[in-house]
Amino acid sequence: MSEQLIIAGKPYHSRLLVGTGKYKDFVETRAAIDASGAQIVTVAIRRTNIGQIAGEPSLLEYLPSEEFTYLPNTAGCYSADDAVRTLRLARELLDGHKLVKLEVLGDPKTLYPNVIETIAAAKILVKDGFDVMVYTSDDPIIAKQLEDIGCCAVMPLASLIGSGMGILNPWNLQIIIENAKIPVLVDAGVGCAGDAAIAMELGCDGVLMNTAIAAAHDPIMMAGAMKKAIEAGRESFLAGRMPKKLYSASPSSPTAGMIS
Amino acid sequence: MQISINGNLKQFDGENMTISALIVTLNLTGKRLAIEKNGEIVPRSQFSETKLHDGDKLEIVGAVGGG
Repeated sequence: MSEQLIIAGKPYHSRLLVGTGKYKDFVETRAAIDASGAQIVTVAIRRTNIGQIAGEPSLLEYLPSEEFTYLPNTAGCYSADDAVRTLRLARELLDGHKLVKLEVLGDPKTLYPNVIETIAAAKILVKDGFDVMVYTSDDPIIAKQLEDIGCCAVMPLASLIGSGMGILNPWNLQIIIENAKIPVLVDAGVGCAGDAAIAMELGCDGVLMNTAIAAAHDPIMMAGAMKKAIEAGRESFLAGRMPKKLYSASPSSPTAGMIS
Repeated sequence: MQISINGNLKQFDGENMTISALIVTLNLTGKRLAIEKNGEIVPRSQFSETKLHDGDKLEIVGAVGGG
């Protein structure tokens, strides 16, 4: 398909972005990501285990930068300062890498985003030269403000992180999509392939997910299902659905030529 | 000298140890990591010339699985 997702000027043929957390091991992580067809993978930045055994494999060895675009995140950050600090470390860690996922949480119980801190961090990061994909609530006004700040993609939640509750407010997502001139990706809350397809049918440019794949009974099969759902949903959106009617006096089979 | 590494206090013999030497001591040679010293990022290119002093606070981070 020639139709591509452009993020910060770079084209991607896959509209599915995936996380790398919660897998059994790196082998399963890699297998699931291969099955998903994802080209952009999120990674978290954490303290190195000082006592680790030399030669112990690392995540990035299983996901080489020649094959994947890394999207370092700020998961676990509750303030703009912590998020900015984390992404500056990520940039150093990944040799000047600019594409990042900003998320600033407001509450450890729900992991609901703190949009005030998110906006503050976005301003600093954009000014500092980062390409910021920003996780936010499904508030259309906030989404627009984040775009105006200069974020390269806005990523509203479908429902809360790790909840698998699916798309709870398709109407807000539609308003965000209608208003946006940058890519809109649903991030968080997708639970199954049907949810991913619905997001794409709404007109989302892509979907970012982790738990829906990693916590499935068979993560690798689910990764494949998500790939197909994203593609099907996108084509369904582009094809343009038939109008909804309560009933129709227009059957699919001819009314003429009936036997009598 | 005593240095805080990722929130844990560690003792090292002698003064003027460089970050490069610390990486070897901690068995982290060849690992992809980023280091913050007293809140400031130390670029990798400066590891061999950056000296550590008693009371320094280091954060040593890497990439791990996450969503």
